[in-house]
Amino acid sequence: MIELILDGLALRVAAGSTVAAALYLGGDGSSRTSVGDQRRAPVCGMGICQECRVSIDGQRRLACQTLCQPGMCVETHA
Amino acid sequence: MNEDFDLLIIGAGPAGMAAALAAAPSGLRIGVIDDNPLPGGQIWRDGVHAHLPANARRHRAALAAAENIRLFSATRVVAIAGPQQLLLEDDERAWRAHYAKLILCTGARELLLPFPGWTLPGVTGAGGLQALIKGGVPVAGERLVIAGSGPLLLASAASAKQAGAKVLRIAEQAPPAALAAFALQLPRWPSKLLQALQLFDASYRSNSHVLAALGEERLEAVRLQQNGKLVEIPCKRLACGFGLLPNTHLGQALGCRIAGQAIAVDQWQACSLSDHYAAGECTGFGGSELALIEGAIAGHSAIGAQAKARALWPQRQHWQAFADRLGRSFALDPRLKQLAAADTLVCRCEDVSYGEIAGCSGWVDAKLHSRCGMGACQGRICGGATQFLFDWPTPTPRPPLSPARIESLLQLAEPDEAG
Amino acid sequence: MNAEIIVVGAGIVGSACAHQFARRGLDVLVLDSQRGGATAVGMGHLVAMDDNPAELALSRYSIELWRQWAPSLDPDCAYRNCGTLWLAANREELQAAEHKRETLSAQGIACQMLDASALRQAEPMLRKGLLGALKVSGDSILYAPNAAHWLLAQGGARITRRQDQVSEVDGNRVRLADGRWLTAEAVVLAGGIHASELCPELPIRAKKGHLLITDRYPGRIQHQLVELGYAASAHANTGTSVAFNAQPRPTGQIFLGSSRQFDSLDPQVEGPVLARMLRRALDYLPELGKLNAIRSWTGFRAATPDSLPLLGEHPQQPGLWLAVGHEGLGVTTAPGSAQLLAAHLFKEPAAIDPSPYLPGRFLPVPRPTEHSA
Repeated sequence: MIELILDGLALRVAAGSTVAAALYLGGDGSSRTSVGDQRRAPVCGMGICQECRVSIDGQRRLACQTLCQPGMCVETHA
Repeated sequence: MNEDFDLLIIGAGPAGMAAALAAAPSGLRIGVIDDNPLPGGQIWRDGVHAHLPANARRHRAALAAAENIRLFSATRVVAIAGPQQLLLEDDERAWRAHYAKLILCTGARELLLPFPGWTLPGVTGAGGLQALIKGGVPVAGERLVIAGSGPLLLASAASAKQAGAKVLRIAEQAPPAALAAFALQLPRWPSKLLQALQLFDASYRSNSHVLAALGEERLEAVRLQQNGKLVEIPCKRLACGFGLLPNTHLGQALGCRIAGQAIAVDQWQACSLSDHYAAGECTGFGGSELALIEGAIAGHSAIGAQAKARALWPQRQHWQAFADRLGRSFALDPRLKQLAAADTLVCRCEDVSYGEIAGCSGWVDAKLHSRCGMGACQGRICGGATQFLFDWPTPTPRPPLSPARIESLLQLAEPDEAG
Repeated sequence: MNAEIIVVGAGIVGSACAHQFARRGLDVLVLDSQRGGATAVGMGHLVAMDDNPAELALSRYSIELWRQWAPSLDPDCAYRNCGTLWLAANREELQAAEHKRETLSAQGIACQMLDASALRQAEPMLRKGLLGALKVSGDSILYAPNAAHWLLAQGGARITRRQDQVSEVDGNRVRLADGRWLTAEAVVLAGGIHASELCPELPIRAKKGHLLITDRYPGRIQHQLVELGYAASAHANTGTSVAFNAQPRPTGQIFLGSSRQFDSLDPQVEGPVLARMLRRALDYLPELGKLNAIRSWTGFRAATPDSLPLLGEHPQQPGLWLAVGHEGLGVTTAPGSAQLLAAHLFKEPAAIDPSPYLPGRFLPVPRPTEHSA
């Protein structure tokens, strides 16, 4: 298992899980707030649609294309 | 920092892996660039909940064993850095790759079409759901509906069921007659017939399509047009995809000729640009069997092994016929153009509605006056949708070819200025 | 339709001209090839530029007009009165800032010097070590493609916009792509860089520029940030130059310029120029490096030898009026340019001295006797 921080809370996920999986395992699955103030969640699952862009250790990256690493800090409201 | 390759392959799906393995005996320095965290592309996407077929494992093992093949996962092509040079970026660095020859195996993405509610959390692509499940997204015990068009719906359903989800309905827009005609042809491709029988699902309905995703904060139910009847199915997830679109951006940016929606290639899988080849879904829909053959032909051609390439032509023809048949059977019903309401968002990045762009004269007009396509996906999603909805031509790609750190773009400087 | 005025070009300058004529009760036909020009690609920075008195007079007057219109502009014109900070990185630039303050203040333009600590407070993302800045509070930004639309819409039924490529102009008539000629009381050429195709004698050169925009990162910068070296880059006559220029878009995106190159008409983004421009931007905003860029593109400024536009009747073609050559200031100075042109046409007194912009400074008036031979 890997421990990471999602929106300030510690979360343990199986090694090899994507950050997209962590969003569901530790939260409601949503990744960002849209221009029109709707919550959004991963859609294409393969790095195209950019809906799952989250802040990972301060850098904006795609949750679906990133594997969880120990100590990673993920924020969905950044 | 620069790296030199005799042969660079973009994409580590079936086509890219087959190309690399076909070219490997030459002993040339081969690089394979792939933006996914692990090799396999989408059909052989690996992950914590993935179950790779034996053929995928064989290809992975062979790739890892070849000493002259270097695989760069989680690496994106960000820009063209000069003649036969690409700018690459991963999560830590950016660098230039020089190549003598290039094979584009950039695959395809799903065609996602706007309908009311499609932006609700809980709604994904059909292949999208499959990819997310493989990466560890939990769906056990969840009620879900799959809709759209094409064989991916059955594959997505199979992945979801394997992960413990309850698949309530698979809604295929194609009419039963088209599917029946396709099924009658399947014995020509015995392995596909077997696959179809394994995947067949009692909840499958033809002549059925999504009308709306319902819910406030997230998906609560799906409204379907099911063989002329209106039905509503409460569910937690809707996986909806309308077939595949070739990923041609890099090919277009390089100046390769595009035919229809795909990168144009000749019998050697060569593009209109010399020393550039393309194989797999980016040259048109075909499935993994065709991608493997095309990739191998491209790999052989690129190293000058023309005889070996030629020997694979009959197999390519066999699988191309299957792909053509498939494409005809799942042709999209023009009525799907009416799914979006005036207030349905078309551009998900900038939240631009159908009503805001419906009167525009074309893509550039829509972009300039409504911000449609101006967001982070660079028109990958709404550009595909507006092509189907309004027949607007595909937007021209501009650097960066995917969102990239500004510091990465500094590597585009003249070599003595890069610092 | 029977237009009294034909305007060639529906960019910001052509639209502002059409708007002025419609206000005076004329029927205007606006013809645009929809190839896109500087309006579609530029920054939309409304900036008081003071490299010479005429440039300052026209930009000051125009910014005042924009300010008057601001409350009625459509929301999608994205007008924001964010102000400009002219950044001083060294002693000479600090002196230049002080000099600029005197020049602008003398024209009644509100501005003030910020010392190093006030600058850090105003824009914490800027690197340490800058000496200060001149803040010009009245400068603004807007989204020019929609502002052009708004100007045309203000004309109501008096303005007709049509997509058509003009293939030839001859005094007060224009030839369309299909060969037909249209005649009006006056033809206004506002085609930006494309105007030279119709009037090769115009002293206009293309200055290519690169631009780049980031994903949305709200709140990182507050003002349009420009290095004081910008003017030197803007007025170089040869070679390729870059200068730091960053704009906070209302979307939260950061919009970066600027570069200048001469005599290229190739719209391709050039990696080495883009990289130079971005390195300059990182000199000022080091944290930009970690932000994602999502799009870059290029555009062409229509530059005259003295960097002032050509506003007035073509000396050799009666009936043809010029509103071209605005270089990088077309969005800023479109309202004033249109006012001056309308004043000429209607023989009204102009709000500012129109003589520095008259085309006759580059296009000699032919003496009738020479031609009759």
